[in-house]
Amino acid sequence: MSEDFNDNKTIQAQSSEAISGGGSGIATDADYVRPAEVADQDLYHGHSFITKWIFCQDAKVIGVQYFLLATFTGIIGLILSWLMRLQLGFPELVPFMTAEHYYQFVTMHGMIMVVYFLTALFLGGFGNYLIPLMVGARDMVFPYLNMVSFWSFFVAVGVLLASFFVPGGPTGSGWTLYPPQAILEGTPGSGWGIMLMCISLILFVAGFTMGGLNYLITVLQARTRGMTLMRMPLTVWGIFTATVLAMLAFPALLVGALMMSLDNVLGTSFFMPTILKAGEVLEYGGGSPILFQHLFWFFGHPEVYIVALPAFGIISDLISVHARKNIFGYRMMVWAIVGIGALSFFVWAHHMYVSGMNPWFGFFFATTTLIIAVPTAMKVYNWILTLWRGNIRLNTVMLWCLGFIVTFVNGGITGIFLGNVSVDVPLSDTYFVIAHFHMVMGIAPLMVIMGAVYHWFPLVAGRFLDEKLGKWHFWLTFLGAYSIYFPMHYLGFIGVPRRYFEMYDSPYVTSAVGMNEFISLAAFIVGAAQFILIYNIIKTLKTGKPAGHNPWQACSLEWLTPTVPPEHGNWGDRLPTVHRWAYDFSVPGAKEDFITQTTPPSEVAHTKVEKT
Amino acid sequence: MHVGIIFFLVILGSVLFHIFTPWYWTDVASNWGGMDDTITLTFWIGGGVFIAVCLFMVYCVFKFSYKKERKAEYKPEDKKLEKILTWATTLGVAALLAPGLIIWNQYVNVPKNAIEIDVMAWQWGWQYRLPGADGKLGTTKVVNINDDNPFGINLDDPFGNDDVMIQSDVINLENNRPVKILLRSVDVLHNWYVPQFRAKMDAVPGIVTYYWFEPNKTGEFEVLCAEYCGVGHYAMRGGVEVQDKQDYDNWLQQQETFSDLIAKQKILENEKTKLAKK
Repeated sequence: MSEDFNDNKTIQAQSSEAISGGGSGIATDADYVRPAEVADQDLYHGHSFITKWIFCQDAKVIGVQYFLLATFTGIIGLILSWLMRLQLGFPELVPFMTAEHYYQFVTMHGMIMVVYFLTALFLGGFGNYLIPLMVGARDMVFPYLNMVSFWSFFVAVGVLLASFFVPGGPTGSGWTLYPPQAILEGTPGSGWGIMLMCISLILFVAGFTMGGLNYLITVLQARTRGMTLMRMPLTVWGIFTATVLAMLAFPALLVGALMMSLDNVLGTSFFMPTILKAGEVLEYGGGSPILFQHLFWFFGHPEVYIVALPAFGIISDLISVHARKNIFGYRMMVWAIVGIGALSFFVWAHHMYVSGMNPWFGFFFATTTLIIAVPTAMKVYNWILTLWRGNIRLNTVMLWCLGFIVTFVNGGITGIFLGNVSVDVPLSDTYFVIAHFHMVMGIAPLMVIMGAVYHWFPLVAGRFLDEKLGKWHFWLTFLGAYSIYFPMHYLGFIGVPRRYFEMYDSPYVTSAVGMNEFISLAAFIVGAAQFILIYNIIKTLKTGKPAGHNPWQACSLEWLTPTVPPEHGNWGDRLPTVHRWAYDFSVPGAKEDFITQTTPPSEVAHTKVEKT
Repeated sequence: MHVGIIFFLVILGSVLFHIFTPWYWTDVASNWGGMDDTITLTFWIGGGVFIAVCLFMVYCVFKFSYKKERKAEYKPEDKKLEKILTWATTLGVAALLAPGLIIWNQYVNVPKNAIEIDVMAWQWGWQYRLPGADGKLGTTKVVNINDDNPFGINLDDPFGNDDVMIQSDVINLENNRPVKILLRSVDVLHNWYVPQFRAKMDAVPGIVTYYWFEPNKTGEFEVLCAEYCGVGHYAMRGGVEVQDKQDYDNWLQQQETFSDLIAKQKILENEKTKLAKK
């Protein structure tokens, strides 16, 4: 309530000012911001190399640590995808590629990319770096817990990768880990592999909960003076809402992993019915395989939005800054994020239309799924309406934004196919599904990550990334990825099932051979193109053009630190005071085409600010 | 300039690909042509939105790229426009959802005259069972399964005796007669899928699931397992042969029933014991 009060007061004072046309640079009532309610945060300043860079409590360093480890894991995921594409495009070319290996690569690629790459990178990476800076805090509220969060993630990755070296290798049960097959012989890694996968996931969830608590409480409690919720950049809204989802969704995965481990090790039967294997009845009975699917997708669908919502938030900010225009319909954008987040808990079984659950569920879940298309479409409209009559800088960051819009809309539309229950029947479990989710939650979020890297690198490193390399990186990635996944939908139309090690010579898929070769070649190029970024980073870290303060002329707080890159504690002696939202671009009457969040109304009194 | 052109070419290329693609549906061979129609409808509406959004974006790139002297428009929101867009989207979504739900309603309601087929799956193969003269399948249990009773039929169930047993991964179907596929699995998840029939459903150990379709083209079709079931997943194929009534009846005549099998086993056993006595 008090925030609303504050907000109204600012607006009223502001408009009266605008009418009177006054404003001489003298601080007036309009500049009033409610004083802070709690004392400044005490921070632990590390002195040794270890406390400064390894077991570090600075959210920015932790963010970079998350980013680097997630990227490292992501590169492993990328290499696995290359191996899969080798098999699919050019079967029998790689001598060591057995069906066992293929399915292990499929599984590890999926799990790594979804959980250990995208989730860790968006929330752990961008969340840690940006939340405190964007809301004007000195750090996360629990820095020590934050450090433990990263190191739990580190151990989780270690356990995950260790499964490559245990007897039987990593699990090959598909990233969905469906029992009974995940823990039965006949699936690679049904002993050690699945065990380590479950342990790793449990560690990840535990670590993530520590980080997640930090993000939530920092956003709720540590915002600086004047930073009302409805003034926060959409990046923070996206990460905040995604974290709420994660806190509610991950426990379902944790429980599923735990129960399956018990089935595997102690011989309980949570998910195991009576099973006949190689002529013998196993000592299981009465469990329900579908129960696991419900638990998995109760996590799995919100998980899609755990990745998508931060991406939505970040892309909104990038488009706004580089189109020199406020994000169109900010309030709608916030409510869409929150609405999508809430709805995402009521759609999970659209992954299970043909799973054998009671088919009457289909009506409910198809309806909820298509309802979620409405706020999502609103977000898309608002992005392109932000471009409308903007002053668009066509730099590398904007290119990634445009690439995001194309791939996201494409993937969103195919989502309407799959969400619409009876349309899903012929398409589910085919390559259409693979094309859909790679477009919408693989490539589209990747576009956002890349855009965000080019956008915030000058803040993190104090230097610009090379634009020319950046453009090569973009066009190769965008055009390459689009030519991988766009045609792939049509393999699904033919009916080519997913998770096939080899198609043999099924009469109706012979025409797919040529396309598979093409897709594989494109995949090699796109994968290789990612190393341009690594080269770019290494090259510009020392010799890039210095960025200086606020190089993009942005409005939000993270660019307004006294030092670039920001130091531990972020704000020097005094915390910033916020007077407006993060999108005052191209305000009529203003001298420049942006007004920073910390600019008091008295300094820009002659401008026609409509929203603060 | 070139940015807008390339994005435009991507959109144009997508449309051309869709028009000229040699990769498209197999000819539908069942009553589920309605699914194809809904896909087509979704293509029109969804594809239209995709093209409209992307072309709008491309136009903005051409028209509003950065000029130092120009200032962007300042317009935080436009409630009226947002309202119109919300309602238009809602309408479009409802138009897609309605036919989807109507067809789903047909999918979950099996016609009364459908013949029931027990499709039994395991790692990695299929076999089939048809009801005998009584028109009913006998009940089964996984624990009953052995060499003498490959389907695990409950021996005290009278409906089971005349069940027709097809211990092959190929089954014949009668053209233009609806079939209700009853799926069960003895080990892990599977899915009995014929692309030309469009329909599919997982087989789940512990329960019996179902779906139905009516084949309407004679010929041979490949059955694929559509739910990942372990290393042999990709090799778990089967077949369907759709025949006209005459041919189908002939085929059915030649199949063995459960009582035939039991009788055969008995003869075998007797011979064995005789041999042993000798």
